[in-house]
Amino acid sequence: MKQSLQKANSLDLLDKFDPIVELRASLPFEKTDPFKVVIEEVISETEAIIGGRHTILAGTNNYMGMTFNEEAIEAAKKALDDFGTGTTGSRVLNGTYGGHKALEATIADFYGMNECMVFSTGYQANLGIISALGGKDDFVIIDADSHASIYDGCAMGNATIVRFKHNDVEHMERRLKRLPADAGKLVVVEGMYSMLGDAAPLKELLEVAKQYGCMTLVDEAHSMGFCGENGRGIAEELGVEHLADFIVGTFSKSVGTVGGFAVSNHPKFDVLRFVSRPYIFTASLPPSVVASATASIQAISRSGNRRAHLWENARQLHSGLKDAGFSMCTETAESPIIAVHLPDVMIGTRFWEQLLEEGVYANMAAPPATPAGMFLLRISVCAQHTSEQVSEIIARFKRTAEKVGLEV
Amino acid sequence: MAQTATLETIYGLIGPLNKKSVNLTPATTFASDLELDSLTVMDLVADIEDDFDIILPLNMLPDLETIGQVAEAVETIVAKG
Repeated sequence: MKQSLQKANSLDLLDKFDPIVELRASLPFEKTDPFKVVIEEVISETEAIIGGRHTILAGTNNYMGMTFNEEAIEAAKKALDDFGTGTTGSRVLNGTYGGHKALEATIADFYGMNECMVFSTGYQANLGIISALGGKDDFVIIDADSHASIYDGCAMGNATIVRFKHNDVEHMERRLKRLPADAGKLVVVEGMYSMLGDAAPLKELLEVAKQYGCMTLVDEAHSMGFCGENGRGIAEELGVEHLADFIVGTFSKSVGTVGGFAVSNHPKFDVLRFVSRPYIFTASLPPSVVASATASIQAISRSGNRRAHLWENARQLHSGLKDAGFSMCTETAESPIIAVHLPDVMIGTRFWEQLLEEGVYANMAAPPATPAGMFLLRISVCAQHTSEQVSEIIARFKRTAEKVGLEV
Repeated sequence: MAQTATLETIYGLIGPLNKKSVNLTPATTFASDLELDSLTVMDLVADIEDDFDIILPLNMLPDLETIGQVAEAVETIVAKG
């Protein structure tokens, strides 16, 4: 009996991650590690202290620069005083406050839609909607470059998952043709893809999806705030919102806080509150976050000038880097995400590291998070960047290229 | 066991990806024998789908490790129509 309690020769469950440990150890970083960056002090929407250095933030997805919006901060402080630090409960139990309902009404109004559900993160919004919609006999059709939250929503649901080549309308159509005409089908696409900053041909994708009787979900996480006249996203910009049955978004980018949402005109939409597990089995957003999101979205809806400046920044950065000879991931500035190809892992890691030393924080993106094995340096510009800061980012990119021996 | 014709078609599609000229058999695995990365596998799956005019659902892929398993899955799906 005693013997059976002795440690058996069993498998260590963490052994399967050894290749990942090896891969990370093989990256040639010398001074810093991109996965362990600590922001010590935040000076503004666009500047911080990292490693004791004054650094321009150019990789924070803070597109509209709302993290220090005065109205949002005031609203959050008031909510903290009035409602406390957290709800300590699910949306379907004690976690729905007046603020949550007001936020949902604000977003529904912003999108001109009848219904809105607020989730605790953008990740959970995709997880919650896709997993609930995709039932056993249904099909969910997704773009190959979809965000992890879309893939995970598929994995959590029971539908059959069909994948088509990134932004390839014809490739999608060939697959839709093969699906049973009478089955439930959901096409999921993103308005803007976060790694390369490339926009989807949303009009064509949604029109074909509708032609084959599919319901459609558009994730506007990286396009809300600055695409379309009111900042609702690519679907608004292209005039195809009527072809989207569901629009999903996040508060953690343009809105400047955390949380997610889904809007729809579907008359039965509300039932999802009772079947979507990532909505039910988690605590709701704290009242202060809800209040700042509400104020921020209201501010975004009247931020035409800020949108215009953001696009100016994106174009200035894109053309500046292109003129300097960098290999750009998109021909033009399709979004505030400006990505540059780097030739290999060695140059890529050294470039990222040196750029941080020069005082610019951007994102290093490597496979498998990037398409087609690409190694990228990804910048997200902010509406609060001044044109001087953008010029400075370009100058520091050039200096970094010289220092790491990248020929441009 | 999958039919020869199905296997031959799949061998043909793998051909250009078979950089190390591995001898292809039904037991050949995509990951360890052919050393295909996940993105290449994705393109191969799309080619197989288009060639046989079928859908190979994403949910099914983790169970398909060898060429023979893919061929059998393809035949099952084709038979179902």
